[in-house]
Amino acid sequence: MSIPLLSTLIFFPVVGGLSLLLVDRKQTGLIRMMALIIALMEMLISLPLFFLFDKTTHRMQFTELHAWIPALNINYSLGIDGISILFILLTGLVTVLSILVSWEAIQDKVKEFFIALMVLEGMIMGVFCALDFFLFYIFWEAMLIPMFLIIGIWGGPKRIYATVKFFLYTLVGSLLMLVGIITLYYHGGHTFDIRELARHSYSPGLQMLLFWAMFAAFAVKVPMWPVHTWLPDAHTEAPAAGSVILAAVLIKMGAYGFLRFSMPILPDATRAMMVPMIVLSLIAIVYGGVICLAQTDLKRLIAYSSVSHMGFITLGIYGLNTQGIEGGILQMINHGIVTGALFLCIGMVYERTHTRAIADYGGLASTMPVFAGFFMLFTMAAVGLPATNGFIGEFLILLGSFINRPWAAFFAATGLVIGAWYMLWLYQRIFFNPVNARVRGLPELNLREVATLLPMVVLIFWIGLYPDSLLSFMHVSVAHLLDQVHGGADAAQQVAAVLAK
Amino acid sequence: MPSYLLLIPFLPLASFVITLLLGRRMGSRCHWLPIITVLVSLVCAIKAFFEVLHGNIVNQDLYTWISSGSLKVSVGFLVDQLTAVMLIVVTSISSLVHIYSVGYMKGEEGYYRFFSYLSLFTFSMLMLVLGNNFLQLFFGWEAVGLSSYLLIGFYYEKVSAADAGKKAFIVNRIGDFGFILGLFLVFVTFGTLHYEPIFANAEQAVGQSFAIFGMHFDLPTAMALLLMCGALGKSAQIPLHVWLPDAMEGPTPVSALIHAATMVTAGVFLIARCNPLFELSSLAMNVVTVIGAVTCLFAATIALVQTDIKRVVAYSTLSQLAYMFMACGVGAYSAGIFHLFTHAFFKALLFLGCGSIILAMHHEQEVGSMGGLRKYMPITYVTFLIATLSISGVPGLAGFYSKDEILAMAFASHVATGKFAWFIGTLVAFLTALYSFRLFFLIFHGKFRGTAEQKAHLRESPPVVTVPLLLLAVGAVGAGWFGVPEILGGDNHWSHFLGPVLGHPEVHLGYLTESLLMSVSVLAGVGGILLAWYMYIDQPALPAELAARFPRVYRLLHNKYYVDEFYIRFLVEPIKEFSRVLDRIVDTNIIELVVNGVPRLIGALAAKARKLQDGLLPHYLTWMGGSALFLFVWMFTR
Repeated sequence: MSIPLLSTLIFFPVVGGLSLLLVDRKQTGLIRMMALIIALMEMLISLPLFFLFDKTTHRMQFTELHAWIPALNINYSLGIDGISILFILLTGLVTVLSILVSWEAIQDKVKEFFIALMVLEGMIMGVFCALDFFLFYIFWEAMLIPMFLIIGIWGGPKRIYATVKFFLYTLVGSLLMLVGIITLYYHGGHTFDIRELARHSYSPGLQMLLFWAMFAAFAVKVPMWPVHTWLPDAHTEAPAAGSVILAAVLIKMGAYGFLRFSMPILPDATRAMMVPMIVLSLIAIVYGGVICLAQTDLKRLIAYSSVSHMGFITLGIYGLNTQGIEGGILQMINHGIVTGALFLCIGMVYERTHTRAIADYGGLASTMPVFAGFFMLFTMAAVGLPATNGFIGEFLILLGSFINRPWAAFFAATGLVIGAWYMLWLYQRIFFNPVNARVRGLPELNLREVATLLPMVVLIFWIGLYPDSLLSFMHVSVAHLLDQVHGGADAAQQVAAVLAK
Repeated sequence: MPSYLLLIPFLPLASFVITLLLGRRMGSRCHWLPIITVLVSLVCAIKAFFEVLHGNIVNQDLYTWISSGSLKVSVGFLVDQLTAVMLIVVTSISSLVHIYSVGYMKGEEGYYRFFSYLSLFTFSMLMLVLGNNFLQLFFGWEAVGLSSYLLIGFYYEKVSAADAGKKAFIVNRIGDFGFILGLFLVFVTFGTLHYEPIFANAEQAVGQSFAIFGMHFDLPTAMALLLMCGALGKSAQIPLHVWLPDAMEGPTPVSALIHAATMVTAGVFLIARCNPLFELSSLAMNVVTVIGAVTCLFAATIALVQTDIKRVVAYSTLSQLAYMFMACGVGAYSAGIFHLFTHAFFKALLFLGCGSIILAMHHEQEVGSMGGLRKYMPITYVTFLIATLSISGVPGLAGFYSKDEILAMAFASHVATGKFAWFIGTLVAFLTALYSFRLFFLIFHGKFRGTAEQKAHLRESPPVVTVPLLLLAVGAVGAGWFGVPEILGGDNHWSHFLGPVLGHPEVHLGYLTESLLMSVSVLAGVGGILLAWYMYIDQPALPAELAARFPRVYRLLHNKYYVDEFYIRFLVEPIKEFSRVLDRIVDTNIIELVVNGVPRLIGALAAKARKLQDGLLPHYLTWMGGSALFLFVWMFTR
């Protein structure tokens, strides 16, 4: 490649964000506009990936390789495949929407906020592009800092508790992973290149140790049950933009980590740990769903619903077959869109009412009908109604898990009932029932807000009606991944063998 | 793909989108687009019907919807005899309900919203019946559920309406839980979700077993029963019937279209469509029959004592759907679809008649405030009478032919459950006539029991309401003439037409047996009518006396056998309690205890350790000296 597209994606927002330093802090309008333009340009830069991507190969594309610390064989190595490309596109979009939703919500330290947001975007891009485990680790940790600041400075009243919790939780996990990375370096031929590492074979005992070391980092990030308790606090205290990025992209990194590192590098441990991972996922689905019924705080409810939805995603991934993994990846994108959209909506209504208590709402459909329409659509996507994107992901995940483990699909499918229950109940308490005095006379969505939500609507139907446009990116890469996990045996044969049973 | 077929579902879809987005600005004119599109759909559906009649079956894919690994599902249309019948039912009833709603919903808040939802429903229902694969069926299945949810909760500021909509959606989801597992099992068995290859190779499943939780089930039985779960939810059969009576919170045209004529019959359609799979399991068929029979009797007895006119008709719908289930259970699918067809007309007519009454009564629905309306509403009176006669199975009217066909087929069936179904079915034919005429007499005969103000406003509804009633009355009379049985000199066109899809069950009933059966069911119906006349016209004090004499029975029926209470007590509340336990105990006191405990422990240890660093030189020297001594001793004694 003549143009280092991926490096540009990583560093353009960082440089752009830092350039805001040059602007006078009083010119908030200019700062907002600059941030928006930078984010839009970033999205523009990511578009060529979509069109130039070669769907017929599992090899890394748009690769860049530069020696960084030759003594330790650490390289600045970037590249993407069918598993990571969609996350890059999603990150670009979600950042733009986060800026739009922060337009008026953030009035304090505007400059610093947008700088943090831009740096965050760059680091997230780095996580999804890195092919060197060490480099990955740098981005993985670096991303925590702006997120920490966003929640800690612009968050709600209990923000300090939430940030410290978030930080410690993820740091403990990450440090264990770091130990794992160093161990891998010594056993995997003194390299951090993940493709090299995947070619090596490791003893089962070592694989198991490394599996749990990586699990510590990834499971916290997903978050899987029982290390999920940072999420509700972080979500409730974060400003709208923080919640959106957290839900849409940040927690996807954990599941991405399983796919990119655990599975290809540690195939034996992955297969051996399949059932425990499925069980943890099922607990998350049911636990996260049922606990939503007891929530009285809008954001907390959606946060717990994320735990449930992420349970579906890990269930799909650890189905270890085509439908499960493709469904899992697609559902990560879907969850990013739908839950991202729900948090955008909550941000918009919070700006008007300044309350997150569900009991303070009621009858909003009468005062804000357009908003009610958007929220209804997002609710339906969240409960997986066919023709929305949520259905495609859930269906593939459940199908994949049914093929291998019918009992897992049985328990997971209860999540569909519980999901409908808590989401519709939430919808009823906010939008239906007699009009609550607190929401009387609230202004309807303005043009900026409608423009923020519209892309999500388009994506929901696009993916719901034509999922092949995204699934086709994954086919080859997922087949390759399955080859790696199942020790070279053709993935299709595996599926066929299970089918024949 | 012929373009007229595409127009059938996609015109209503376009109307939904446009009306939802722009309807508010169009004001009271926003009903034109939905009405015109549904009428064009009707015309196209009639064309499709004639194409099928000439033997042109269409089965074509539009585009690939999902492909992942070995899964490949398209969006595609299958138009065969069964679909053609459903298309006619859906588009015709929908057209009439659209027109009727112009009068019924006039001046309501959210008029445009109502019409756009009607269009959405029509689109969804058409996609459901047109699909050539299970996943598209499931799409339509869920989409009609959504439309139903939106329309039940149309008056969303009313808590009971919002509750009812939510309840309908969730109860249906419980059915869909089984349904989707059934789809997976179908896919794992046949490697596809498209009807044609599945039904062609249905025999493959015979003799196989399906293992889950260490138990082995007969594969065809498991598949059929799981699919049946979906049907139970959508068609409101026991134990998932609880949502339908509550769904009467929706505007009355919705009750007629969705909760009587079309959507609730989707479960019957599903079983009929999957008949090659159900045929493989006699156990599953028996279960369908028994559930049908039980629901049939259960709902009919409840209908006897309800006082809200819409609820009476709702329980009657449950009971009539159960007839269709019984038909499917004994393998008489075409009889089931026949009843679906006739029921669509007479039940839609009953509901729209109720709507006309409710309009005249200013949204009063209690039968206790009515009476003697015959004088004020002649057209509603006559059409309601026709519908009531039809549902009571009076010979010559639509309901007679289809109900009689089901009862004959049940009796002729070789299995014991068939005879059981026949017995219950005949008994319920009597009860049906009784509760239907009870309602009819209480509404239209006797003296008016409402307030003087209500009386002053009593008048016949406008033509936009009464013309659909008259048209439906034609159907309620004539819809049965397509399937006149041989012994009445007909040649049962209906079952011959549907034969290619639904099979020709072998029936060996002699002329004598069949005419005897027919006489019994006619007698049951007439007996019910006479008893209703006796109880509500001749001796109007009798019902209250009976209720007082048997208070327990009365309360049991009046409270619908306490099924709702049972579910709330033993299902809803325990789950909510469980949720509170997870929230307050597991999450905050167990997991969080560890999460917050570890840092706290480290903090406490650090506080202790900090005391070592007190800044006093003698202490440091002591530590240093002591440690040096210790190391010294340790090195030399080792």
